[in-house]
Amino acid sequence: MKNKFSLFIIIIFLSFCFFIFYKGLNNSNIYTPKIKDKKNIPIFEAKDFNSNIYINSEKIFEEDIFYIVNIWASWCIPCRTEHPLLMGLSKNQTVKLIGLNYRDNLNNAKNFINEFGNPYSQIIIDYDGTLSVEFGAYGVPETFIIDKNKIIIKKFIGPINKKIVEEIKLIIK
Amino acid sequence: MKILKIFIIVFLSIGFSHLKSGEKNNELKSKILKNIRCLICQGQSVYDSESEFASSIKLIVDRKINEGLKEDKIYQFLREKYGDWIIYDPQFNKNTYVLWLLPLLLFLFGGAIMYKKIK
Repeated sequence: MKNKFSLFIIIIFLSFCFFIFYKGLNNSNIYTPKIKDKKNIPIFEAKDFNSNIYINSEKIFEEDIFYIVNIWASWCIPCRTEHPLLMGLSKNQTVKLIGLNYRDNLNNAKNFINEFGNPYSQIIIDYDGTLSVEFGAYGVPETFIIDKNKIIIKKFIGPINKKIVEEIKLIIK
Repeated sequence: MKILKIFIIVFLSIGFSHLKSGEKNNELKSKILKNIRCLICQGQSVYDSESEFASSIKLIVDRKINEGLKEDKIYQFLREKYGDWIIYDPQFNKNTYVLWLLPLLLFLFGGAIMYKKIK
């Protein structure tokens, strides 16, 4: 009786282990940072794309409105696909778009803006990628929504699409 | 002459102490970078990775060390930005209770069985 009970316990335990590992097989093993955490915007100083003058974050986010920070680069192919959508968003009066030019050649970046249009009210330069790290980004493109309290309330990893644009419009309404 | 000797000794000791602190910072930097996961080439540490993300993190860690931040403060900064996963050595928190305590529990359980058998 005792042996049967032990065998039963062992089978249950092994089945449990099998179930856990089997479920684990279906999980993605690529980690993406949590995108729901709300964080304060970092305090930084960065060079302005047009004037080449250093400006601080307080000055960039000084108005009492929503901001969208978009990390982009001229060499980034997905940035080209999302660019028309950003152009559309820039027409919205309740939000200001801030571009963060990531590890780019300045001339190439300027050509990109001339060719595809400028949706940003201000572009800041991130020469070495450290500013993007301060935002918690790890690639391009990434888009952050900052509310009136200067808190990052939403983050989109990868290029934005029409569905995301609708979501953004609902948030900034 | 004596003054010159003293001056040389003082000069060299200052020079070497500076070198030593630089070495210390480099050692700390390597230690930290080896404990940070690269989010682009997952499975590699930032120390081993040559991705753009890794090179930015290397610059950030270097900057934070020069600012005088301690090792745990640098980990905390990265955790706040990217979550616990970015550090190889997991912290003891509500998500890792099982990870930390299960081996101990199994050890105690096994020990109890052995003790019972021997008795």
